[in-house]
Amino acid sequence: MYEIRIHSRGGQGGVTAAKLLALAAFRDGKHATACPFYGAERRGAPVVSFVRIDDEPIKVYSQIHEPDLVIVLDTSIMDVVNVLDGLKADGTVLLNSAHPVAGCNGTCRHVDLTGIALAQNLVVSGSPILNTPVLGALAKMGIVTLPSVEQAIREMFSDERNVKVARAAYEELKI
Amino acid sequence: MLTIATGNRAVADAVKAAKPGVIAAYPITPQTEIVEQIAEYVTGGNLESRYIPVESEHSAMAACIGASAGGVRTFTATSSHGLLYMHEMVHWAAGARLPIVMANVNRALGPGWNTWAEHTDAFSQRDTGWLQVFVGTVQEAYDATLMAFKIAEDERVLLPVMVNLDGFALSHITQSLDTVEIGDFLPPFHLPHAIDTENPLGYGPMTGPADYFRFRWDIERSMRDSRGVITEVEREFAERFGRSYGPTEDYRCEDADVVVVAIGTLGKEAEVAIDRLRDEGIKAGSMRLRWFRPFPDLDLAGRDVVVIDRDYSFGFGGVVAHSLKSKTGIEPYSVIAGLGGQEVTYNDIADFVKNRRPGTETWFGVSDHV
Repeated sequence: MYEIRIHSRGGQGGVTAAKLLALAAFRDGKHATACPFYGAERRGAPVVSFVRIDDEPIKVYSQIHEPDLVIVLDTSIMDVVNVLDGLKADGTVLLNSAHPVAGCNGTCRHVDLTGIALAQNLVVSGSPILNTPVLGALAKMGIVTLPSVEQAIREMFSDERNVKVARAAYEELKI
Repeated sequence: MLTIATGNRAVADAVKAAKPGVIAAYPITPQTEIVEQIAEYVTGGNLESRYIPVESEHSAMAACIGASAGGVRTFTATSSHGLLYMHEMVHWAAGARLPIVMANVNRALGPGWNTWAEHTDAFSQRDTGWLQVFVGTVQEAYDATLMAFKIAEDERVLLPVMVNLDGFALSHITQSLDTVEIGDFLPPFHLPHAIDTENPLGYGPMTGPADYFRFRWDIERSMRDSRGVITEVEREFAERFGRSYGPTEDYRCEDADVVVVAIGTLGKEAEVAIDRLRDEGIKAGSMRLRWFRPFPDLDLAGRDVVVIDRDYSFGFGGVVAHSLKSKTGIEPYSVIAGLGGQEVTYNDIADFVKNRRPGTETWFGVSDHV
């Protein structure tokens, strides 16, 4: 089972990113669950979502304590939350950042999801959309396939720019 | 159609397929998505139904009672404090023999204010005459809601059914969901004692000591008959749609020395614990209790039993542990865990099994109790 923990702030789309990722994995023929951890939700507060992907049906409902992959949609969270908590020794980190971030151990990757969204003017209520471009990055990392990412995005969103930003992130992420 | 959905969405989609004539509901976390989605179906023309946005849960159940008595299929959904607020009408719905279906998204009761999973809300309605089923997956939330209408409306039952799903843990998780074309699985709604304006009758009048008990016995008689109806409906569902359900979901129980009994998502998580324990050579199994009313016969003779209660009856004990003890005579190891969404992992459940002390009670995470 591959376990992913997504850190974001309320309103940044971390919960939707988890659902999209589960849907893309499902379209790949895998079993997948997406599970937001709800606290006292409000815009801007740190939130966590969990995604599990497996070849077998998934029966686990508890939180992910030892993730294989940590995704950070807002690196300012790293000042207040230990995003690396429990990360497996061979785990991976994906950061939404134009530059490498200090203090990130494990296999750490970064891609400028915010810049990609802004380039397409994909902004809702003043916030750049991060949940569709991050799916492209995850396809590049081999977590899900790009065709399934595109299908999942089209199932959930009608604005084709969401597919464009996913493709852009796929191109930009360096493996 | 195969897709992914949350537990709440699955309930809403089952309701859409069941086509109730009246839906009356009041939103409450974590049930809100159910009634929002149904309202969207109604306003979008995808569900021909009268949606009544009432001012309270008491009114929601009162409206359902009126609509059901009027002879239409009726649905509502609630949670926690909402369920408690409608309590008086919950009794009335069963007493009036109205086959209303209600989804209850299990949530703890305040104070302290808490929106996470716990079963005390449903168990507080234990003696109302409602059938109660608890589900463990998104798919099961859909399937059980569909079956609930057929079971409730069977003339041998004519009692309301409560479909329970864990708040957030199941209501908000996204899993695969296979929706079905129900065809004639649900027959047209027929209530033998429906109000007929052409033939006015009085319902619910003063019923004296010489007669009242007869109505109560009739509820119990139907509750007993409902066991057979539940089996029939679950069998027909399996034949039509290929998914089987029973009073419990048993996992690796055949040769088990110790069986974990739990409800809802903890009952599914227990299966992972069982696999781990088996890998260590411990012959463990799990039994997820699906039906709570009517309470099923449990075949647990000769085994150690570990009961996880996500509920508590103060001054007495875990509701499931004591129900099981009363029914089977077995003294279980009673674990109180998961209250108000307390995190309980499969590793914790495996530890409950390894550290079991039958005949005693333990509160998970509490260190100063005796």
